[in-house]
Amino acid sequence: MNFDFTPEQLAIKKMITQFVDSEIKPYAADADQKEIFPAEQIKKLARLGVMGMSIPKKYGGAELDNISQAIIMEEVSRGCNATAVTMGAHASLTCHPIVNFGTEDQKKRFLPKLASGEYLGAFALTEPNAGSDAVNVQTTAIRDGDKYIVNGNKIFITNGGKADLICIVTTTDKSKKHNGLSIFAFEPKKTEGFSLGKKEDKLGLRGSNTQELVFRDMRLPKDNLIGGVEGEGFKIAMSVFNSGRIGIGMQGVGIAQAAFDECLKYVQEREQFGRKLHKFQALQFMLADMATKIEAARLLCYKAADIKDKGKRYVKAAAMAKLYGSDVAMEVTRAAIQIHGGYGYMKDYPLERFYRDAKITEIYEGTSEIQRLVIAAELLGRGF
Amino acid sequence: MNIIVCIKQVPDTNEVKIDQKTGTLIREGVPTIMNPDDKHALIEAIKIKNKHKGKVTVISMGPPQAEEALRESLAFGADEAILLCDRAFAGSDTWATANAIGAAIKHIGNYDLLLFGRQAIDGDTAQVGPQVAEFLSLPQITYAQKIELGEGKVKVERQMEEGYEVIEAALPCLITCVSEINEIGYPSLHGIKEAYREKEVRVLSAEEIEVDKYKIGLLSSPTSVKKSFTPPAKGQGQILKGSTKEVVEKLVSILKEKEIIGAF
Repeated sequence: MNFDFTPEQLAIKKMITQFVDSEIKPYAADADQKEIFPAEQIKKLARLGVMGMSIPKKYGGAELDNISQAIIMEEVSRGCNATAVTMGAHASLTCHPIVNFGTEDQKKRFLPKLASGEYLGAFALTEPNAGSDAVNVQTTAIRDGDKYIVNGNKIFITNGGKADLICIVTTTDKSKKHNGLSIFAFEPKKTEGFSLGKKEDKLGLRGSNTQELVFRDMRLPKDNLIGGVEGEGFKIAMSVFNSGRIGIGMQGVGIAQAAFDECLKYVQEREQFGRKLHKFQALQFMLADMATKIEAARLLCYKAADIKDKGKRYVKAAAMAKLYGSDVAMEVTRAAIQIHGGYGYMKDYPLERFYRDAKITEIYEGTSEIQRLVIAAELLGRGF
Repeated sequence: MNIIVCIKQVPDTNEVKIDQKTGTLIREGVPTIMNPDDKHALIEAIKIKNKHKGKVTVISMGPPQAEEALRESLAFGADEAILLCDRAFAGSDTWATANAIGAAIKHIGNYDLLLFGRQAIDGDTAQVGPQVAEFLSLPQITYAQKIELGEGKVKVERQMEEGYEVIEAALPCLITCVSEINEIGYPSLHGIKEAYREKEVRVLSAEEIEVDKYKIGLLSSPTSVKKSFTPPAKGQGQILKGSTKEVVEKLVSILKEKEIIGAF
């Protein structure tokens, strides 16, 4: 048991903390209020190698360990969640299937561009009737010679309207249910039959892009089938979400930490009844609870990342990290508004943004209910 | 173009608090950082290297923990790092420090340009750079805000209180840099990983750099700190309230009281 970071992890933490404080956090309020897509911040993150953090060095990536990736996710989330989700959909959801399941040709074609940030990635599973019920994907990919013809639509896709490379989950054989799912990677800006649908107007993460994707007889070369074999899609998607859960857990931790930092400052400045707020035991207790929960959530995430780094099964740990991290994000941001009173409710302060941004962590990449099913399945030995 | 940059690890003075009872700095738990001016010198060296090719070697004298500042230099893109670490160096003043660093630079040899920060935020002396130039009998230019390399020479804008001087010198020479010379930015993830996995920090002792042992360390230092004290904290400002007429009257009476203005 060792709770220390390596010197390299510490150096990464120091760099990303400074970067977030001066290059990301100052733009978060504007990104939210004016719905500004964080393109500039993403470019800067790419220059630091962050967009390629999960990609092997031989394809131009930084090939970071999972603890370091978790550190980065927490810090970026602490600064701006619209930026964090844009980064996460790219570095986790999109890169993971290609890095871990792509053919050598697919890795060579796509990874260097994803690593450098020349390409922004998106991963598309959700449909009007398929989300938690991933097996019910209706988007079809039918083999036609050297091509596949894709029809259907995807909704709520992070980076959907901005991406240069999208991984889509399709069914190549409906009769086989989950064994009939297949994932394709394609370049939307170079592909006919692809169009963008509705851009979503969201409660939080308002600077991020969430959009519908529409496929009408979209023809994709067979070489774009991830892994080159049909029917692997469900397995790949589950692997993507397992891995992504650590990131969402850390996103929750980052949001909670940002809210807590504001509270710690506020209670030492604000006076009521002739005393600074931090003199009131009721508020001290709230702060103590917040800090304890944040630390517990963070440690669950690090533990899941550590198990993953060691190459062991981390399904349960990642689900716990995501479940608890998102719970803590909600609890802490709610308490943070309470501590700030009326000010917390106003848009001049960031607290209400944190609260709005926190909610999605209980929903995307597997709802809290799905996490509980995963944890229970692991406990009861059914597998998932 | 071989460039040697000298850096110092210093306590982050923004984080230093003062012990109200003793009036001394509380150093415990204070993070250390690469001295800011030195970081600008390092970034300038890397910029020059990227443009003119060559190698950047970073030297620091200090305790084993100073390795962290050297690793940071490597992460920014320096090629080699040397830590001068030896009990014999302990307590060196600026002159003794310059002797050690000068000897180390001689030991490394084959350099075209030596870059230093203007001064360190802990001692604020701005002496070590110039003293090393004297030790090595090199031309020196201090307070550089811009460096341009020519054939065997260098042209430097030297910051003055009002405006700047343009100075040319033959290479090799020693330049100390001010913070206006560049923007620092951040080390990349690739840079950090290389710094910790592929590059080395070489530790050299007093013996290895062949420095005269009577010219280093506390006992050989011609200057010593006689006393450290903290200037008294400034009192709170006073805010005058009321109509313009009232405020001005109050202000004038206070200024008179303090004998800042005379009676009219």
